[in-house]
Amino acid sequence: MHTMKRLALLLTLAGGAGLAMADKDEHRYNISNPTYKAECASCHIAYPPGLLPARSWRALMAGLDKHFGTDASLDAPTAARITAFLEQNAGRDRSGSATPVLRITETRWFVREHDEVPARTWNSPKVKSAANCTACHVDGDQGNFSEHGIRLPR
Amino acid sequence: MHADLLIRAGLIALSVTLGGAARAETPADFLRTFEAAARQEQAGFAGFSTLRGAAFFSSTHGREWSCASCHTRNPAAEGRHAKTDKPIAPLAPAANAERFARADKVEKWFRRNCNDVLGRACTPAEKGDVLAYLMSVR
Repeated sequence: MHTMKRLALLLTLAGGAGLAMADKDEHRYNISNPTYKAECASCHIAYPPGLLPARSWRALMAGLDKHFGTDASLDAPTAARITAFLEQNAGRDRSGSATPVLRITETRWFVREHDEVPARTWNSPKVKSAANCTACHVDGDQGNFSEHGIRLPR
Repeated sequence: MHADLLIRAGLIALSVTLGGAARAETPADFLRTFEAAARQEQAGFAGFSTLRGAAFFSSTHGREWSCASCHTRNPAAEGRHAKTDKPIAPLAPAANAERFARADKVEKWFRRNCNDVLGRACTPAEKGDVLAYLMSVR
């Protein structure tokens, strides 16, 4: 009984470590927060918190009533819970800019990662907006941006 | 004595939870709430109109978007976000039982979407017309 418990614990730890490695190698991100998903994945997918630094998320959460041209306002307790999750899972700040970058698509990382995507793909009516990750990253709404999960629309 | 107190505290906690935002409501409950508010705002209030609601739903109101920009002109069908293209589940309660079932969600989406479509809050009369229209869609 005791040994079984230990074995289970070991397996859990090993599994956790494996996941953490997969995160780094395969562009898999943590989006697993029920409040974040419920509130921030209605109009767009749950964007991975790791794709913006904490100060960007804080600035974004402070301006939800004017969120890229729409009102995405939340009640204060919900917004606070989401901000905490975003901060805990935020990426490193590589922008070097004085003002926080608010659009993932404007980060240097995003531009570099997508420099091979042809203009006709961006302009495709099936893509419509660079915010529409799942047009190409088919499991992007699950936080999975692995190279294997890319299907460019025709 | 002690156990009795604990049970009572538990019951109070339970009723507070049930009485909060998570309590399920029906579209008809919201219609009654809007009606009471509309009566309070205008003395001669003559009831909601599905026709007025339908016209409101598919028209723009001085800005770029109408309700139909995302929800389409058929609220029983799946919509798409006008900007991100993300699918939006049907809005008509007949097509989607989750619509108009929770006060916090109804409040949140009217607040956001009226601001986007009209640049102001909707009046209780406008909300009631739209809901009456949505409830009439089969």
